[in-house]
Amino acid sequence: MLEVRPPPAPIEAPRNTSFISIAHLAKEYPGNKQIIHDLSLTATSGEFVSILGASGCGKSTLLKMIAGLSSISGGSIHIDGMTPENAREIMSFVFQDPSLLPWRTVARNVELALELEGLPRSLRARRVDSVLRLVGLREVSSYYPRQLSGGMKMRVSIARALATTPRLLLMDEPFGAVDAMTRNRLNEELLALKARQRWTTIFVTHSITEAVFLSDRIVLMRANPGRVLQEIAVPLAFPRTADIRSDPAFLGLVGQVSRALSAIHS
Amino acid sequence: MKSSSFRLPFLALCSMLLLWQGVVVFFDVPDYLVPSPMQIAALIPVRIRDLSSALIITAAEALGGFLLSAVVGVAIGLFFSVSAIIRRCFYPYVVLLQTIPIIAISPLILLWLGNGSLSVLFISFLISLPAVIVNTTQGLIGIDINLLNLFRMGNAGVAAILFKLRLPHALPNIFTGLKIAAGASVVGALVGETFAGSSALGAGGLGYSSIYALSQLATPYLFALILASSLLGLVFFFAVVVLEHLMVGKWHESVLGEQME
Repeated sequence: MLEVRPPPAPIEAPRNTSFISIAHLAKEYPGNKQIIHDLSLTATSGEFVSILGASGCGKSTLLKMIAGLSSISGGSIHIDGMTPENAREIMSFVFQDPSLLPWRTVARNVELALELEGLPRSLRARRVDSVLRLVGLREVSSYYPRQLSGGMKMRVSIARALATTPRLLLMDEPFGAVDAMTRNRLNEELLALKARQRWTTIFVTHSITEAVFLSDRIVLMRANPGRVLQEIAVPLAFPRTADIRSDPAFLGLVGQVSRALSAIHS
Repeated sequence: MKSSSFRLPFLALCSMLLLWQGVVVFFDVPDYLVPSPMQIAALIPVRIRDLSSALIITAAEALGGFLLSAVVGVAIGLFFSVSAIIRRCFYPYVVLLQTIPIIAISPLILLWLGNGSLSVLFISFLISLPAVIVNTTQGLIGIDINLLNLFRMGNAGVAAILFKLRLPHALPNIFTGLKIAAGASVVGALVGETFAGSSALGAGGLGYSSIYALSQLATPYLFALILASSLLGLVFFFAVVVLEHLMVGKWHESVLGEQME
């Protein structure tokens, strides 16, 4: 008998409860090369945390460790009290590139996550339709990935991640490959989606403005070995629209994060 | 493809045939050395029965060798993709198999399987096999790590990864292997027939008939046999191309690229 997981209700979790708890995390590669050393981090339920840092500081490795895709050399990761491997059912991963299966249509790509979850076909169709409507891709559901623009492909990738109604969304520079205008639009769409479905998000990015626009909190990392050096809260009110990018408070935060990053790397 | 794409090659062919006919007639070249295109064209309806039966025999042998190489090649590729240890142990020998001149081992095959179609089919199979294995294996293992991680995030098992990811991903590579194998299987059958072409005197496929025609200095018929062999190779190749268009044409860029050109 297949177990059907109901979509989680939008929960306003108390801010002091850690949904993700990472303590003294370490990652070593053969030859004792330390990628991450003594990294601790928490995130409350529904929080949007962005991770900023130079290339090679271990951001993507950290994300893969949270997903259970990369082994841990020391320390611990708990997601809602579970190990990453046991928590996979409540999380989704959005990769740097859309990672779509070219032989499947948009709808069938989104359906994949539900197929792997073991959801019956009839329920899958309904869920796919609903999530495609959510991201505005219902009209192109029968298209193949080659027929879509870069931005649309990434929206399909996000739709696939959301189809399983995750409680944790891990995003590894998802908008790094699209142009600036598309990136801004996708940022706005992502926030609009999150306002409806309140998943917890760990978002890796290189863009300071993107991090400030999306996040509740920004974590700054430095390399050799990768560790957290500073956390900056983003006290801008939601909902955030495109106009906020020219707001003095927004620009002030962008400057603050930029100076902090420069200080870390100087 | 536009009709103008066909027009120029067709004109070039007609020019070459005219030149050939002119040279043979002008220099009075004996037909046992080089027959004229007109002589060959006139001979085909006369010997159509012999040509057809030879063509059918070779086509059956080549088809058998091709289908066997497709089934065995894809199966071996699947084994190689699920176990890195098996792949590391045996993959070098598949590459080695491509370098063995089939002529060198043909006498051995003849010794084990005897004269006739079975030996020819086996030689055709051996020549076609490595291309299918190599291309299938490359398609099955050359998968983007993020796609594999996507399936791992969904707690997918070996079967789900194989049938929902590796196999569809490998289809374009499999077809590349099959296109090489299609031509190779016909070559294999022709080569095989020169060694083991017939168990009955005078009755055999295109390769066997070629050797027989050569011994009789029936050069115009030899040319007709070459034409039939080329036709067979083309039919095999385009049959695979059609299948490829049906199975991956909607989504794979190599096929779409051909369509756009």
